[in-house]
Amino acid sequence: MTMIFGVPLAVLSGQLLIGIINGAFYALLSLGLAVIFGLLKIINFAHGAMYMLGALVTVVLFDLLGVNYWVALFVAPVLVGAFGMLIEYFLLRRIAGQDHIYSLLLTFGVALIIQGVLTNIYGVSGLRYSMPDMFKGGINLGFMFLPYYRAWVIVVALLVCFGTWFIIEKTKLGSYLRAGTEDSQLMQGFGINVPLLVSLTYGFGVMLAAFAGVLAAPIYSVTPVMGSNILIVVFAVVVIGGMGSIGGAIITGILMGVIEGLTKTFYPPASSAVIFLVMVLVLMIRPTGLFGKEA
Amino acid sequence: MDQPVNPADIHKAIVEQQKIQDRKKLMVNGVLLLLLLAAPFVMYPVFLMKILCFALFAVAFNLLFGFTGLLSFGHAAFLASGGYTTGYLLSNFSGLTTEMGIIAGTATATLLGLAFALLSIRRQGIYFAMVTLALAQLVFFFFVQSEFTGGEDGMHGIPRGELFGLINLEDNLNMYYFVLVVFIACYLLVQRIVSSPYGQILKAIKQNEPRAVSLGYNVDRYKILAFVISAALAGLAGSMKSVVFQLASLNDAHWHMSGEVILMTLVGGMGTLLGPVVGATFVVNIEYQLSQGPLRDWVDPILGGIFVLTVLAFRSGIVGELQKFMRKNLG
Repeated sequence: MTMIFGVPLAVLSGQLLIGIINGAFYALLSLGLAVIFGLLKIINFAHGAMYMLGALVTVVLFDLLGVNYWVALFVAPVLVGAFGMLIEYFLLRRIAGQDHIYSLLLTFGVALIIQGVLTNIYGVSGLRYSMPDMFKGGINLGFMFLPYYRAWVIVVALLVCFGTWFIIEKTKLGSYLRAGTEDSQLMQGFGINVPLLVSLTYGFGVMLAAFAGVLAAPIYSVTPVMGSNILIVVFAVVVIGGMGSIGGAIITGILMGVIEGLTKTFYPPASSAVIFLVMVLVLMIRPTGLFGKEA
Repeated sequence: MDQPVNPADIHKAIVEQQKIQDRKKLMVNGVLLLLLLAAPFVMYPVFLMKILCFALFAVAFNLLFGFTGLLSFGHAAFLASGGYTTGYLLSNFSGLTTEMGIIAGTATATLLGLAFALLSIRRQGIYFAMVTLALAQLVFFFFVQSEFTGGEDGMHGIPRGELFGLINLEDNLNMYYFVLVVFIACYLLVQRIVSSPYGQILKAIKQNEPRAVSLGYNVDRYKILAFVISAALAGLAGSMKSVVFQLASLNDAHWHMSGEVILMTLVGGMGTLLGPVVGATFVVNIEYQLSQGPLRDWVDPILGGIFVLTVLAFRSGIVGELQKFMRKNLG
């Protein structure tokens, strides 16, 4: 068997694959955080809860109504996104213009509520969700086995990430968004409905999280607390990438997933901490993050 | 018809007013002290000690958040590192007296605080919150992986030992008065810090940092010192907590603990001296009461609801709102 640094190639590439998949989730989640933060200056502590909601809604829709994966892939993010917009409208809007710290605290409270209520309903043991038949099995690449579903996750996550980046940085709608956050009064003077734009942006960021949740449902254990721990990792990813940098969030997300996978291969005990270690190093060398602009 | 006013009279009146205020404050503090001294005869001392430990934790946090304007989302790291260090030393070195274990725990948290501060102090606002959160998570994973913490099981059976080798702390009353003395000393220390010229500079940094910089203050150094003091006191709270409960667990290091201390401070009233104490009392009581009743599974969502309500409706917290009310209605 081929060995690389004393590790069988199959093991290494397997961990790399898992790393890339985790990285795809980190990228989707940190992208949503970066969109919400970059455009609205809100730190969305409820982001992990929204990711969890996406997965949970998928499972529940299937159990109750038999809604299949492909429908859930659209319906769950839309439902959760709408829920996010309600939160924006009824709660976050009331503290707009206050210190940003309050938005962090408010969404933290919201996350506690969502998570706590759902834990009481569904417990923490994890719900079962079987993946659609067409994704069962995989392809043998010679040096490793690639399950179809994992390949699909990587491809679709990258597409969504790229699409989001494109919309925000390259289209007219994106330019409205960016301008609206720069000077909302002036934008309103031009006849653009800025509060609506804010609601939609928040809803969109939440949708990205829920979308990641749906993708996660077949491969991770779906529990009401699944978003709580990944959220902190994603925060670290956003700090490493540079807050508010959309492209930075995507690249850093995947990079961190890979680094985590490599660490798991060569020195397992450090694998859950390595991202935070990278963050410390990056902060010492480049306090604004790898792709960040402002101080 | 206006009488000509003698400036000396005004001065006298102000001094008089000040005296009355001071006397009032002294009386309030005196009553509080008596209540605290008598409390263990009415209530369960261990529960009271829990409140005092968390109150100290919140007071420490408030020095940073309420008075300096830095939101640390990583204070659990100091609570836990203090607790684990003290627990480890007292469990493994029987020659150590309790206070030495507590001092060592506090020292560990202080050093950790310095490390955190140096890494995070250049960032502001929410960036600062996220960096401290991630650093604390690093500490959390360290504790999870380390052998000496007992991992998921936690560290059990930490001996309370004897204070100065003389006073037996296995006795709950002795333990209570020791915790009370430490708490009051720390509270007075924070009070002194806040009203000192140094404390004024911290407030100035909170209100307008660029202004403080332009006045020639080396803002970073003031902030680092505030962070280190806050971490030290939080570590002290954790050390005492581990001695009181004879237990140090991962709960103390989890980021939910960092959130809880924010809640305590916010609910009580951030930027007030008494606020965190009131907030800690409130939150610990609510958690206890809920855990006894039919709502025992609903503690988290209820705390979350309190969080949301506080941020939306009464941001100055219990003490802050009371102060506003008194100013408006009682002059």
